[in-house]
Amino acid sequence: MESIILIAVAALGGVGFVAAVILFFVAKKFKVYEDPVIDIVEEALPAANCGGCGFPGCRAFAEATVNSAKENKNIDGLNCPVGGNDVMQEVGKILGLEVEASAPLIAVVRCNGTPTNHPAKVKFEGATSCTFAHALHGGEGGCQYSCLGLGECVEACDFDAIHMNPETGLPVVNNKCTACNACVIACPRDIIELRKKGPKDRRIFVSCVNAEKGAPAKKNCQTACIGCSKCEKVCKFDAITITSFLAYIDFDNCTLCRKCVEECPTNAIWEVNFKPRKPKVDRPASVVEKGAEKVVSKEKPIPLEISVDKDQPKKENKENNNKENKE
Amino acid sequence: MGILKTFALGGVHPKENKLSANAAIEVLDPPKQAFIPLGQNLGAPSKPVVARGEEVKTGQLLAEASGFISTPIHSPVSGKVFKIDNILNASGYKQLGIIINVEGDEWMEDIDRSEDIVTNIDYSSEEIIDKIKKAGLVGMGGATFPTYVKLMPPPGTKAEYLIINGVECEPYLTSDHRMMLEKGREIVVGTQLLMKALKVDKAIIGIENNKPDAISHLTELVKNAEGISVQALKVQYPQGGEKQLIKATVNREVPSGKLPISVGCVVQNVGTAFAVYEAVQKNKPLFERVVTVTGKDVKKPSNFLVRIGTPVQQLIDAAEGLPESTAKIINGGPMMGKAISSTEVPIVKGSSGILIMKEEEAHRKTESACIRCSKCTYVCPMGLEPFLLSRVSRVGKFDIAEKEMIMDCIECGSCQYTCPANIPLLDYLRLGKNKTGAIIRSRGKTA
Repeated sequence: MESIILIAVAALGGVGFVAAVILFFVAKKFKVYEDPVIDIVEEALPAANCGGCGFPGCRAFAEATVNSAKENKNIDGLNCPVGGNDVMQEVGKILGLEVEASAPLIAVVRCNGTPTNHPAKVKFEGATSCTFAHALHGGEGGCQYSCLGLGECVEACDFDAIHMNPETGLPVVNNKCTACNACVIACPRDIIELRKKGPKDRRIFVSCVNAEKGAPAKKNCQTACIGCSKCEKVCKFDAITITSFLAYIDFDNCTLCRKCVEECPTNAIWEVNFKPRKPKVDRPASVVEKGAEKVVSKEKPIPLEISVDKDQPKKENKENNNKENKE
Repeated sequence: MGILKTFALGGVHPKENKLSANAAIEVLDPPKQAFIPLGQNLGAPSKPVVARGEEVKTGQLLAEASGFISTPIHSPVSGKVFKIDNILNASGYKQLGIIINVEGDEWMEDIDRSEDIVTNIDYSSEEIIDKIKKAGLVGMGGATFPTYVKLMPPPGTKAEYLIINGVECEPYLTSDHRMMLEKGREIVVGTQLLMKALKVDKAIIGIENNKPDAISHLTELVKNAEGISVQALKVQYPQGGEKQLIKATVNREVPSGKLPISVGCVVQNVGTAFAVYEAVQKNKPLFERVVTVTGKDVKKPSNFLVRIGTPVQQLIDAAEGLPESTAKIINGGPMMGKAISSTEVPIVKGSSGILIMKEEEAHRKTESACIRCSKCTYVCPMGLEPFLLSRVSRVGKFDIAEKEMIMDCIECGSCQYTCPANIPLLDYLRLGKNKTGAIIRSRGKTA
């Protein structure tokens, strides 16, 4: 009986020893060298694995930065949008490189097709998917560039940064946004754009992507960009360009002077998080919500001196805004 | 008559509701203003060759083909080109098109407008195909695939059978039915022309058994025509699908991802056969078609011969107006058609019917959870698992969708029709197909 136990122990021990010797040499022979710096860089990254940097996960981004630092002695063009400047500075410190500070970005929804501005003419009953609705029809209100309001961007967001506003039917981005680009890719109509956050979160943008001529655009939506090029003329900094009847503000040139906002006849240009204008300008400024987090306002008041057509929906809109201001 | 043939897998039998089956084809006057979209075929849109202000005659070339899978467009009316601008299409998108202000109705001189039926075929195969190409013919069943492309089998394949699709399996629609009854002789000549073009000696006209008058009429007509036979088929949706019709008539199965030509078959619609007759024998390009206007509350369900570019509103007016109970207007049949957002949209080469639905039948029922009853799998004519495919499309697992052959879906809607839980299966299948197709295409680009 005892001998059986001894034989078993000896046999297993022998096999184990031989295997260990083989594995030792195999491991030596096939060793893959991995820079230990990659691990350190990965530690510094936010581990969100969102893919916003363009690499499949944080590990791949860490590898790319280390390789780039080795080969090119810089990490230009590589940016972790989630970690932002702080993380990139830290990565730079680890790699012994100086990293230029990049301005933080935020997702911006460029559509103002609320039920009042862009009333629905038909009703869509079907799958709650923007991609599907986009392939099927032009939109409930007739604007084929408008937000479909089915929330594919909300589903795409990993950071709880974008939500549908049930009143306006449009998505609202909050300050949790890390500019990971997921919603931009998800939107089948290219409405969402990453723009610079701007100083004190102040930014100006054209809240419309309608590339139609003025008349058909305005027919469907009161606040559509009609391509009148008034803003282009008033801008002293060459920040505004008009292509196919649609204005676009280049955020590198924009100095946030707000002249274009005043000039726009359809209120397609939005200012966000600015202080209210001084009373000599007889128009209410955009909504600033003060609280734990600043929420990008979705409703912009219609200026009083607009004389194009003072019909019912516009008045309603004004009332709504006043209500919101009071709240 | 014995057991009627049909396709092997699945299928449903929705209520036929062929309200306009006894309404003879009426010729509708040209519209006051014709809206002609430039993308009327599957493939590349056509390129305009007329300029603003130019006088055009009926049948004159308006736009030429801009690629291999593309067709020319001819003027359906005579008048002055008002402008070339964006016009609304059936899905609510704006699309480049030609708008013509109609003045009189002057046809091109070379179009034979007599009623005589020309039965002599004195053209060679190439001449026939060339005439079809120049006349801008597309599949009239709704898919609008350029007809001439189908008539030129790729190298290595040879057509054996020509199958003429007179199935019209969509409920409500009767345009093909009326065509077979009233234009039977032309359709037979058109079939002979197609046979000559394809160099085949066998043609089968497949007709569902709910159109006995059309079956007996065409059987009578093909008696003297060599090689053409009429095949009565069991009523089953979607028998009008190419692959289903091939299975039903010649009992061959088209492999996944292949075209019907791989099993030696070419399928053409009866409407196309008629258009072929007119294009080859009468020199008349495709600029008018038969459209059914129907619906339970429509006062006068009818079949109209209308010019391409006529706004839908004019057809509805001719059917004695929009009923008050209208909740939805569908371009096409109830199974595969899409709702239109405006009655301003024009009739195009692929429009087969306008269905007006009333409030009670227009809306979807509330969706509930899938109970795994497998009805959708049972009815799927392609042998797919719609419940699985719609689920994986919904959660974005397009790799599984691809593996489960989502690209074989013919979007017939049988699954959604039969689902007891009212799940919008087809919506998600279409979404999955759309996205999976994009993934496959992008893979082809990078590889």
